[in-house]
Amino acid sequence: METRSSSGLDQFCSLLVERPGLTLLDLAGANQSTMGFLTNLGHRVYSDDFLLQMDRAFGDGDFYENQSDPIKVAQFLDSALDYPAQHFDGALVWDTLEFLSGPLLETVVRRLSHMLRPGSYMLALFHAEERAETIPTYSYRVSDRKTITLSPRGRRRPAQFFNNRSLEKLFQDFESVKFFLTRDHLREVIVRR
Amino acid sequence: MSSVPNRPTESFEATRGGNAVLGKSVIVKGQILSREDLTIDGEVEGTIEMQEHRLTIGPNGKVRASVKAREVIVLGTLHGNVETGDRIDIRKEAKLVGDIRTARIVIEDGAYFKGNVDIVRAEVPRPAAAAPAASAPRPQAPATSSPAISPTAAGPAMAAGAGEVKR
Repeated sequence: METRSSSGLDQFCSLLVERPGLTLLDLAGANQSTMGFLTNLGHRVYSDDFLLQMDRAFGDGDFYENQSDPIKVAQFLDSALDYPAQHFDGALVWDTLEFLSGPLLETVVRRLSHMLRPGSYMLALFHAEERAETIPTYSYRVSDRKTITLSPRGRRRPAQFFNNRSLEKLFQDFESVKFFLTRDHLREVIVRR
Repeated sequence: MSSVPNRPTESFEATRGGNAVLGKSVIVKGQILSREDLTIDGEVEGTIEMQEHRLTIGPNGKVRASVKAREVIVLGTLHGNVETGDRIDIRKEAKLVGDIRTARIVIEDGAYFKGNVDIVRAEVPRPAAAAPAASAPRPQAPATSSPAISPTAAGPAMAAGAGEVKR
């Protein structure tokens, strides 16, 4: 496992120390490190493994072709993102959005926006190497407010690559989009609902 | 051959001594009230209440129930909300779907969990003469909290570059 310093996480955590008792969504899959960090700050954590949910819904056959199957999409959304409106005060979606193709990606971002309370933050990561055919995937764990631990989960082909302009377009319904380009070709994006 | 011990099995065996046990060929539908520690390695559907005792769901256990116990150890599958007075321990290979209210939680790598975790802190008795300002319950703060950063303020130092779009 490796660790990396994260300005995006630091910004996300600024919300957490301002107010206790928040309800947070972590889509990296349950792990002791993140759970301990967030609950020690006095927050409730809702945990799910979003990549695993994607694999269950679309993994049988062509992963991206299956994402245009309306039945599979409906089952996926019901299983992975069936939360009430404005239920969360913050969301850690990590790099999961990179593995959703066009229309489903837009639907998922709309759902995330729907689930978040106004003023809340969402942290997402996007690889910036446009020529890479596959990119490494990780289980992301919060070690402290500025440090992420990465547990490798193999490599995957991303649905598409994002530049700053496409990220702004993707999150156009959010109040603000702030991105950090790091030395390891990863864009950290903080969006404010 | 690997010399790494099979931890879930070992831990499971270690927790069984002296318990009531529902074996893997047992199916229960209904309400379980237990006044002793209980291990379930079969199938249970309903509710389980054993607020002073420990519930262990073995590797073959499949439980679809709301659970109230002092302590819960999950090695198998549990669908349902869990409330523990002390702790919940979700072991490798375990699958838990449901909301958890507990004082402490342990999640091993490899466990699957979907649900909400609400940590309930035990009330600490306060001296009667405590000053009013000190009497309000306070959340546990990080050891190194830093000043709040407004969403529109300049962010922390960036490794290579940053941008922001405000609407």
